[in-house]
Amino acid sequence: MIERIEPFPKSEAELRTAFWGQLGKFPEGDKIKTCLQCGTCSGTCPVSYAMDITPRQVVALFRAGRIEDILHSRTIWICASCYSCTVRCPVGIRVTDTLYALKRIAMSRKIYPAQFHVQTMSKAFIGNIYKYGRNYELGLVIRFFLKSNIVKLFTMAGFGMAMIRRGRLAILPSKIKRINEVQAIIKRASQLGEN
Amino acid sequence: MSDYAYYPGCSLETAASPYDKSVREVFKALGINLHEIEDWNCCGATMYMSVNNTVAYSISARNLALAQKMGMDVCAPCSSCFTILQKTNRYIDWDPKEREKINQALAAANLVYDKPVAVRHPLDILVNEIGLDTIKAKVVNSLAGLKVAPYYGCQIVRPYGYFDDVDDPVTMNKLLQALGAEVTHYPGKVRCCGGMLMTTEENIALKLNLGLLQAAVDNGAEMIATACPLCQMNLEAYQNKINQAFGKNFNIPIVYFTHLVGVALGMSPAKMGLDKLLVSPDKLLARAKEVRV
Ligand code: SF4
Ligand code: SF4
Ligand code: SF4
Ligand code: SF4
Repeated sequence: MIERIEPFPKSEAELRTAFWGQLGKFPEGDKIKTCLQCGTCSGTCPVSYAMDITPRQVVALFRAGRIEDILHSRTIWICASCYSCTVRCPVGIRVTDTLYALKRIAMSRKIYPAQFHVQTMSKAFIGNIYKYGRNYELGLVIRFFLKSNIVKLFTMAGFGMAMIRRGRLAILPSKIKRINEVQAIIKRASQLGEN
Repeated sequence: MSDYAYYPGCSLETAASPYDKSVREVFKALGINLHEIEDWNCCGATMYMSVNNTVAYSISARNLALAQKMGMDVCAPCSSCFTILQKTNRYIDWDPKEREKINQALAAANLVYDKPVAVRHPLDILVNEIGLDTIKAKVVNSLAGLKVAPYYGCQIVRPYGYFDDVDDPVTMNKLLQALGAEVTHYPGKVRCCGGMLMTTEENIALKLNLGLLQAAVDNGAEMIATACPLCQMNLEAYQNKINQAFGKNFNIPIVYFTHLVGVALGMSPAKMGLDKLLVSPDKLLARAKEVRV
């Protein structure tokens, strides 16, 4: 007897549509279909040991219709964008870009792993670019640790001073002159790029 | 080409100011003019990519559009900026719809990006444009006997392998050898340092950097040469923490590859910010006997 194939639950179906849309945003995104489950990506990944789901398992879970589980994992946020997996995958799947695609879906739907703060960093960084047009390291780090780990903020003070003394950490943000240009570009681009 | 649109990126303004200074000094000495892109903005790093592609590429493309106006190719020393700008070029070339959207976004700032400029890393320009022979001829302080581990990190070669092999790049090796330095075997040469994870997931990054430092020391290196601000910072600033966490005793200077070129060419260490490192590269400073002012 042939087993009845359950359709994906509604939320999964919606996530899959979004994911396929995101996979269309970089070259050969649909190659994910050809994954051999060989594990080369996980093997070469310098941080897979710390991931709750390895890169190979990300593809497996996607096939199994469990995108939501991927989005709740720490994996996509731990990825350091080193591109080792991408250059080694025997069938040319752009694993790093695939993880970016998943990050965009997670961010837009506010699905994050519990007790996890990497996405806090992304948001703070983006706020800086919108305000100043440049990254503001000190502000970024302070904001991040206020949210995630206040104790660490104090333990880092000595190192911060050493960098300031050497002129390698700016106390105030540097702002570009035509910040209005950057803001206009961001506004227009966010309208154009449905996400 | 002897003129480039210079894209320092945020790190080179602050934490990596010694990189910025050394790139500018070395290029000047070799007759290459770097024209800083006026009012450049942050390329967006990898952060905007996790939010919205079109926005990520558009803000990155503002810099490329400004370079197009200057009519020059871009020189980007930060590996991360280098990869982001490259990626912007590649993906807008690949997807005409995206190109159209990006140009609509740029139009909001009266900019247009329709004549792509090449994006190049200073390591590539030094070796493949200026050439090793020219550089060799200008060496006044040979770095003979100085043992250096060449650290490429990830993004300078991955994912595109734009100017060198993704697994076993040799461009920096050849450059350092041309200066007389002894380039050590370095199994960590393209291993990742964790980048931003040092802030967000410190334990993971500390381990990665432990491996990188250990591999350098085990192979007899007296210093590590880097080509990326974030790698430099992770390897340098966290040595104490790594020593505490893993019972180690590292005290190895992390210099930029341009520092080695500069000292060999007789440039003043202070002018290249070599006095601003946290671990002083004494063995390199000792070579700076002949100094051009
Ligand atoms: S390396 Fe490629 S083919 Fe192998 S498991 Fe990873 S994604 Fe699939
Ligand atoms: S890009 Fe991300 S997933 Fe791929 S190997 Fe590097 S850290 Fe691992
Ligand atoms: S990648 Fe880093 S250094 Fe480069 S522009 Fe962006 S924040 Fe700045
Ligand atoms: S080595 Fe580190 S800083 Fe350099 S590109 Fe890789 S992750 Fe980024």
